[in-house]
Amino acid sequence: MSNRVVLQALDVWKSYDAGAISVLNGVDFEALEGQTVALCGPSGCGKSTLLHLLGGLDEPDRGLISVNAVELNARRSRLHLLRHEVGFVFQLHNLIPDLTLEENCLIPTVAAGMDRQIAQARLRQLTSLTGLTHRLGHRVQKLSGGERQRTALCRALMNKPKILLADEPTGSLDENTSAAVFQLLLDLAATEGVTLVMATHDRAIAEQCDRLVEMRNGRIHEPESS
Amino acid sequence: MIFLKLILTNLRRHRIRSLISIAGIAFSVAAMLTIVTILQGAVGMFSGILSSDSEIIVFERNVSDLFFSSVPAAAVQAISGWSIVEHADPVLFGIVSSSDHPIITCFGVTSADARIRNATWLQGTRANFGQHMDDVVLGERAAEFLSAKLGSQVQIGHGAFHVIGILQTANGFEDGGVFMPLNSAQTFFHKEGSSSVITVKLRNKEDAGILKNMVQAKFKNLIALEDQEFTRSYSQFKILKATAWAVGGCGLLLGGLGVANTMIMSVFTRIREIAILRVNGFSDWQLAGMIFGESAFVSILGAVVGLSIGTCFLFALKFVPALHGYVDVDIQLFVVVLIIVLALITGVAGALYPAIYAMRIRAVEALRFE
Repeated sequence: MSNRVVLQALDVWKSYDAGAISVLNGVDFEALEGQTVALCGPSGCGKSTLLHLLGGLDEPDRGLISVNAVELNARRSRLHLLRHEVGFVFQLHNLIPDLTLEENCLIPTVAAGMDRQIAQARLRQLTSLTGLTHRLGHRVQKLSGGERQRTALCRALMNKPKILLADEPTGSLDENTSAAVFQLLLDLAATEGVTLVMATHDRAIAEQCDRLVEMRNGRIHEPESS
Repeated sequence: MIFLKLILTNLRRHRIRSLISIAGIAFSVAAMLTIVTILQGAVGMFSGILSSDSEIIVFERNVSDLFFSSVPAAAVQAISGWSIVEHADPVLFGIVSSSDHPIITCFGVTSADARIRNATWLQGTRANFGQHMDDVVLGERAAEFLSAKLGSQVQIGHGAFHVIGILQTANGFEDGGVFMPLNSAQTFFHKEGSSSVITVKLRNKEDAGILKNMVQAKFKNLIALEDQEFTRSYSQFKILKATAWAVGGCGLLLGGLGVANTMIMSVFTRIREIAILRVNGFSDWQLAGMIFGESAFVSILGAVVGLSIGTCFLFALKFVPALHGYVDVDIQLFVVVLIIVLALITGVAGALYPAIYAMRIRAVEALRFE
């Protein structure tokens, strides 16, 4: 882990329904290169919204989001971000059911126009690391919950992003599978040198990260110890 | 490959809906091909009647329909005498009816006319043509539907006629028509001393321009056109062709609405999937390309199926006895290409709104969509 800030939110505000539902109220946040950060807090505290803003899926009402010191202010930079710099993993695996594991994983490479051979090599590398090589040609419906989430993890890392944003990645898995997937997430983040920001309810999981950030009422409350 | 699979996945997912859309385009294309080909064939056949062993058609200037054209006998006489003319044949067109057939085309011609001269005489001989006022020669199909044979009396319009011959031509209109001696037809249609057109064969084809100028100089009321020139400019042909394309176009429009409906449903049922693609870096144009690709696939497949159905249907029509000679299954390449292009444009136009809708889907909101 270096001291370089790769992800930064400065005084970020976000509300829905024309201001009726206030979700983020002046959030300041940063993550360092290679760091694993857990965002904890009750439902509705703004964890997912912050992740969406950090990943360029949404725009703040006010405030500044920067990735690798570049401000996210144009649609094009958001597209570049999603294609090359950020990978997303969600609570639901969000795979396309009619496609095979291999095809699902290759989607980001198609979007980014990656060379097919390079994409295949990357796919083999990631499926090997996640133990999914034997499932490459299988359709999503044939995969278990854990395998689906591992596939989603592979897909998120296909374009070698430097930041991985995970929104309750183990939330829909049983305890054992959840622990295994989380461990894999940490291992992969370490192997790939990825900055991991993860929203989670699970305190035990959160405490295994380099840093734990508490969110309440749309604000960050970072414990002294972290 | 993955992109192509993403295009085809949704079609496979909703097979029945996709098939209905493809069928919609296919039937529209088949209808368009059939109508356009039949009408072009009909136009071709009518042109064929006029251009039988001739290069120039002389008719009354500014008439909307050749049936209303009146060319005086003096013009026939004068043009026949010009040195550049090999022969000039006056033809009087008329429409009559019989008890079972509301429309029978009548040709008032002389015995020297190319239509009589070049036909295959199945019964009777050309030498007898024009001997008596009440003699007629029937085309093969006309004889069939009038149940007439050599020597029969047939009732045509308000007159009874004596059949002195039955002939076969390659032209459906002629085969279903009645040939009368010119003077008999003039009396029958109350057009004494005139014909509808003069078809002119030149000694040298290159003299067409000279003949046209001579006609213009000598007969202010008449116009001479080369066959192809006439086919291009005759308003009835233009109306027929425009009608064919318009009717076919309406069919294609309906097919396009079917595609639009399919594509709208396609987008609405995969909002979450589109959001996933967005999260994974798909741009607006990649998403639109996926939607347009899906509609283009439906349209092209529909067009290919439709062209096959239309071609089979046209061939089948050719063997229907009642239509013998009327259906010309000469499917022109430009018609096929134009229909495919129109089907493609229709399909892509049908996908326009769904594509714009897909481009506007925001991943954050769509991911919450169940």
